[in-house]
Amino acid sequence: MAVVYKKSIALTDAPLTYCPGCTHGIIHKLVAENLVELGVYDKAIGVGPVGCSALCDFFFACDMYIAGHGRAPAVATGIKRTHPDKFVFTYQGDGDLASIGTAEIVHAAHRGEKISTIFVNNAIYGMTGGQMAPTTLVGQKATTAPYGRSEEHCGKPIRIAEMIATIEGAKFVERVSVNNPANVRKAKKAIRRAFELQLEGKGFGLVEVLSTCPTNWGYSAVNALKWLEENLIPYYPLGNYKDY
Amino acid sequence: MAKKLMKGNEAIAQAAINAGATHFFGYPITPQSELIEFMAREMPKVGACFLQAESEVAASYMVYGAAGAGARVITSTSSPGLALKQEGLTYMVSAELPAVIVNISRGGPGLGNILPQQGDYFMCTRGGGNGDYYHPCFAPASVQECADLIVEAFDIADEYRMPVLVLGDGMIGQMMEPVEIPEYKKYVPNKPWAADGNHIARGVHNRINAMDLAADVLEAKNNKIQAKLKEISEKYVKYESIDVEDADLVLVAYGTPSRACKNVLKKAKEEGLKVGLIRPISLYPFPKVAFDKINPKCKAILAVEQSCGQMIEDVRLSVLGKYPVEFFGRTGGNPIIPEQVFEKVKNILGGTK
Repeated sequence: MAVVYKKSIALTDAPLTYCPGCTHGIIHKLVAENLVELGVYDKAIGVGPVGCSALCDFFFACDMYIAGHGRAPAVATGIKRTHPDKFVFTYQGDGDLASIGTAEIVHAAHRGEKISTIFVNNAIYGMTGGQMAPTTLVGQKATTAPYGRSEEHCGKPIRIAEMIATIEGAKFVERVSVNNPANVRKAKKAIRRAFELQLEGKGFGLVEVLSTCPTNWGYSAVNALKWLEENLIPYYPLGNYKDY
Repeated sequence: MAKKLMKGNEAIAQAAINAGATHFFGYPITPQSELIEFMAREMPKVGACFLQAESEVAASYMVYGAAGAGARVITSTSSPGLALKQEGLTYMVSAELPAVIVNISRGGPGLGNILPQQGDYFMCTRGGGNGDYYHPCFAPASVQECADLIVEAFDIADEYRMPVLVLGDGMIGQMMEPVEIPEYKKYVPNKPWAADGNHIARGVHNRINAMDLAADVLEAKNNKIQAKLKEISEKYVKYESIDVEDADLVLVAYGTPSRACKNVLKKAKEEGLKVGLIRPISLYPFPKVAFDKINPKCKAILAVEQSCGQMIEDVRLSVLGKYPVEFFGRTGGNPIIPEQVFEKVKNILGGTK
């Protein structure tokens, strides 16, 4: 029988720990497929965050690290400076990268570290149970913003892709979404481009992926995709912000 | 190698390079700046990597990343910087990563000042980050000892897959003495546990992780850490002991204050007083065994520290009420003056005989 689809060899057989309807699984798949298709799986080293994907060292089949909260770009720096010939990526959420880890991501980009960052933005803290993130939309409810995020009280959500694109050392920055098949294909392409850039030794690459959190948003899987499309994409425009 | 006149900070840096350190990540802070500057200048000459981090927090995680990838890695800082590095340190203990951390301590609390002080004893010997752990901590009292302990610290770190801390006060970092640095040795890592991207050849992917969600798994890790510490406590106790067997009073001091105490011993001898000295070199493990040799009729132990009294707790735990334990300390960067300590000694012993 002809094989029409099979799971990437860059993923282990460990069952994913993500909630039903969460798009982390899709993003894992896109990362894994790109590693294999670019022929870098056999020299890849990944760094996971603190948050929902803090167990991704069990899911990616290459050598893996889990960093302290927000510190993945610093850990990746230590790895890449030890093995410049290896392929190093970080996989981080928005609480991790856009809040506690802003210094580490800005300076990894600033140094032009030859690493690739997958930044999963679902506008909320997922693992700790739905607290407000720097990326939470104005008016969006969270357990630490029970009346909805107020601009007056905590400002407007931070746009990471736009900010990182202003840094000289960042050579590829794109925001994508995985809310429909067309966008999933675009997301895969963007991740591929960021990875290629590392292989070419050009500098730092970041792909921001808009993702869902049905559990903490309080929507069904399908409605969460709809909410992403109607609310996240207008505030976080998709597209390329930098391509060296 | 011939003796050379060097600052403690420089001797530490040269000794680390000669011990085969492949990586240094750090952040500028006084009074350890000569160390990071020396590394920036000298490491590239032997093909090693020097990188200035954006913060001490980031530096400690660069160490985590490099150590996990199999590097021989060192970082240095001073007191407030070590407070920031504690996050990375507890992760390294949990993830079982070898590294050397140097603290050239200064005045505190807070930003304090840049003068020598020993107020970081608790932070350096008690497992300064979150969770249940200790790590080895060595305290040199001369520039030569700085160099020797750095070399050994790397080997102990590798042997036990654990960070090892070397604690020097600002005085030792800044002062110059003749020193002989061990010859340069290229480091050849043998770390099959490292996550270095060789998962295909290895046939299994290595994971460097400081989290264990299951209660039994985390308990097993804690037990493993404790077992390593127990072995270290038996194997790497270091101290210097002078005239304690017939002493009427024993001084206890580490680092540069121990040198002032040696002057006190001279004065005491001149005036016919029997005063001994214990100088802990390993602060963790604390040399409890040194206290077993003290004259049973000794009248008092006097802990001398450039702090408000921190090591004194380990002294009390070592003598377990067998002798009264007194304290002499200065803070703010004020040095330990032998005459002042001697006055205290005479007060305790009831005046000069």
